[in-house]
Amino acid sequence: MKTTNFALVGVGGQGVLLASDILSQVGVASGLDVKKSEVHGMAQRGGSVLSQVIWGEKVYAPLQGKGDIDYLLSFELLETLRWLDFLRPTGIAIVNEQRLPPLAVSSGGMEYPGQERIEKTLARATKQYYIVPALAKAQELGTDRATNVVLLGALSRHLDVPKKQWLDVIEERVPKKYLELNRRAFAAGREL
Amino acid sequence: MRALLSGNEAVARGAYESGVVFASAYPGTPSTEILENVAKYDEIYAEWSPNEKVALDTAIGAAYAGKRVLAAMKHVGLNVAAESLFYSAYTGINGALVIVTADDPGLHSSQNEQDNRYYAKFAKVPMLEPTDSQESKDFVGLGLEISEQFDTPVLLRMTTRICHSMSIVELGERTAAPPSPQPYERNIQKYAMLPGFARARHPVIEQRLEDLAEYAETFPYNKIEWGDRSLGIVANGVSYQYAREVFPEASFLKLGMSWPLPERLIREFASGVEKLVVVEELDPFLEEHLKIMGLKVAAGKDYFPIVGEFNPRVVREAAHKAGLVGKPSPTPESGVSDLPPRPPVLCAGCPHRPVFYMLKKHGLVVNGDIGCYALATLAPISTTDTIGCMGASIGVAHGMNKAGFEGRAVATIGDSTFWHAGMPPLLNVIYNKSNTVTLIVDNETTAMTGHQNHPSTGRTLKGEETSRGDFEALARAMGYEEVRTVNPLNLKELEEALEASLEANKPAVLISRSPCIFLYKERPGLFEVDLDRCNACGRCFEIGCPAIIRSSEIDEKTGKAKAEINPILCFGCAVCEQVCARKAIHTVEEQ
Repeated sequence: MKTTNFALVGVGGQGVLLASDILSQVGVASGLDVKKSEVHGMAQRGGSVLSQVIWGEKVYAPLQGKGDIDYLLSFELLETLRWLDFLRPTGIAIVNEQRLPPLAVSSGGMEYPGQERIEKTLARATKQYYIVPALAKAQELGTDRATNVVLLGALSRHLDVPKKQWLDVIEERVPKKYLELNRRAFAAGREL
Repeated sequence: MRALLSGNEAVARGAYESGVVFASAYPGTPSTEILENVAKYDEIYAEWSPNEKVALDTAIGAAYAGKRVLAAMKHVGLNVAAESLFYSAYTGINGALVIVTADDPGLHSSQNEQDNRYYAKFAKVPMLEPTDSQESKDFVGLGLEISEQFDTPVLLRMTTRICHSMSIVELGERTAAPPSPQPYERNIQKYAMLPGFARARHPVIEQRLEDLAEYAETFPYNKIEWGDRSLGIVANGVSYQYAREVFPEASFLKLGMSWPLPERLIREFASGVEKLVVVEELDPFLEEHLKIMGLKVAAGKDYFPIVGEFNPRVVREAAHKAGLVGKPSPTPESGVSDLPPRPPVLCAGCPHRPVFYMLKKHGLVVNGDIGCYALATLAPISTTDTIGCMGASIGVAHGMNKAGFEGRAVATIGDSTFWHAGMPPLLNVIYNKSNTVTLIVDNETTAMTGHQNHPSTGRTLKGEETSRGDFEALARAMGYEEVRTVNPLNLKELEEALEASLEANKPAVLISRSPCIFLYKERPGLFEVDLDRCNACGRCFEIGCPAIIRSSEIDEKTGKAKAEINPILCFGCAVCEQVCARKAIHTVEEQ
């Protein structure tokens, strides 16, 4: 009755929720039971965002606690560290190389963690972490907004789901005029 | 057809499928999306009411008229509507009425963690509790049937994780009107709760509760799932799902109806297992009842926390302490407790920011209210002293000022919150004559819950044009002479109006009106800092705008960082331009 537990984390406005929608639908399309959990309301105002997706033959809990996440898909470096304790020691972290300094850093006195600290902390948490230039890839394709689909591409390499399944769901979820862009974003992610 | 739906979407679908024709609510996290989704069905009339009590009275009226009806609110909304819940329990409802109460364990977006199962017991009405989206849909229909069969309002209790989690739902078709629509007939003994009539209703309600308890024994979602009989878990709502995962082999008594409780079924379960354990989020509601029944509970709230939200790990760790399961894997500790926080903040360009900046400058005690502007409580704006519940600001400020203290209290309340609960306390200020200044911070929408319409937006939930409530005219009708309206993005105008309101030293209303940035199609402008002029005085940082960041350029004299504006976040509100004494901030033309 083992489930596959995903946590998608980032900052409000980065496209975390659309990515977790797509991930959920890919699970459904693969014939799995799926639950997804996220919180609305106050957290939307530029705050930290956590969305969880659980796949399995049968899924009970819509939510997992610390140490029980198999795949951490992070949209931002600082948020990676904030939610890192959710990852199992055997889990996989895929991290977008992007810094979005919160108010406490940009106008307050706090420091954004340095690259060395970020990597050391990640390395202590898991052997399998990948810091990927998803934002840069999306920008190469012409828009920051494709970062989430690039990241899903990067995640898809670790999952036993046919590429077509992903592309079918993406086709359903994104407006037609952005479809080709998102296909390319997904393909670019798979190569990171 | 199967679809992945949130619990809230599923409740809306359930209303559609089971022939609901009328729905009302006031927005409140985590319940808001229920009515937003109900409103999409042409077959259902749906409205935002000014507050939950009005929503419930309205729904009760629709049910008296013989219809199938849904009302929805967050847990504290039921406090506002409590009086209506209690009388409708006495009168019964003729048609059918399901009242959704969405509790918020973990306080994701609320001022408390109250457990509304007690309302069912308190008001003597039945309560259903779904464990996923499928049941959220199904329980609307079942609740309506119970409501019709027993002539009672039915509470449907959701929690944040049921409301906002998505799971797979089998969709059905809309059933036509209920089999026997109940035409309204005058019956004052039943519907007019004069003491003499109400006295006669009380025994009817007690009998109904006994009948409902009998019904609960066969309610299909009160269900024993036999497994290993050495351990028997009693659970409800989302706690059932967590417990299922933690105790895969155990026997379960799943309670889909949490009031009244099926005592015979509970006893049958208890006598069939060696150890009886209750797993329930928040208060020991089920546990207390089992104990009153004389049952021995091997583990309940002595292990499973009362405070906060559950997840499988919380349940597993508590179960381990209770000696029920083996040691869980250790919780990772990456030692990152010193990270810079990223709390929600007032958006760049938010029209609330200058108001609170100005209140801070004048050293006032600020009694705040429920809405985005509660975020002004925290650094760097740090301007709000008290926040209680919807509408509390004005009454609390009046009390402080009347009682006398070193200082001057003012009230700040949003437009939607004012319509919800601000009118009686505003009237009280002038009736009982305190020098309270009430600031209505009008951003022309219910912003915090996601920009819903309200009585002064000029639109209904169904998108129809309608009247616009007028704060100024209302205050004057109450007797206020000191009524001012300002654009808060003009600091000079704002400051003059605030000072005039304070100096009048009598009841005053100051309306600060400027739309929420989400109501603009495009931003009105973009600003940048002239680094040659900036002397790093830091005044622009004090307004707490997320678009104003520390530049890498350091001022030679002070050694401090100069300011810079993030061109992506800047909305062009021009507040920073007005606080800069060096005139170092100016507009830039957008490409």
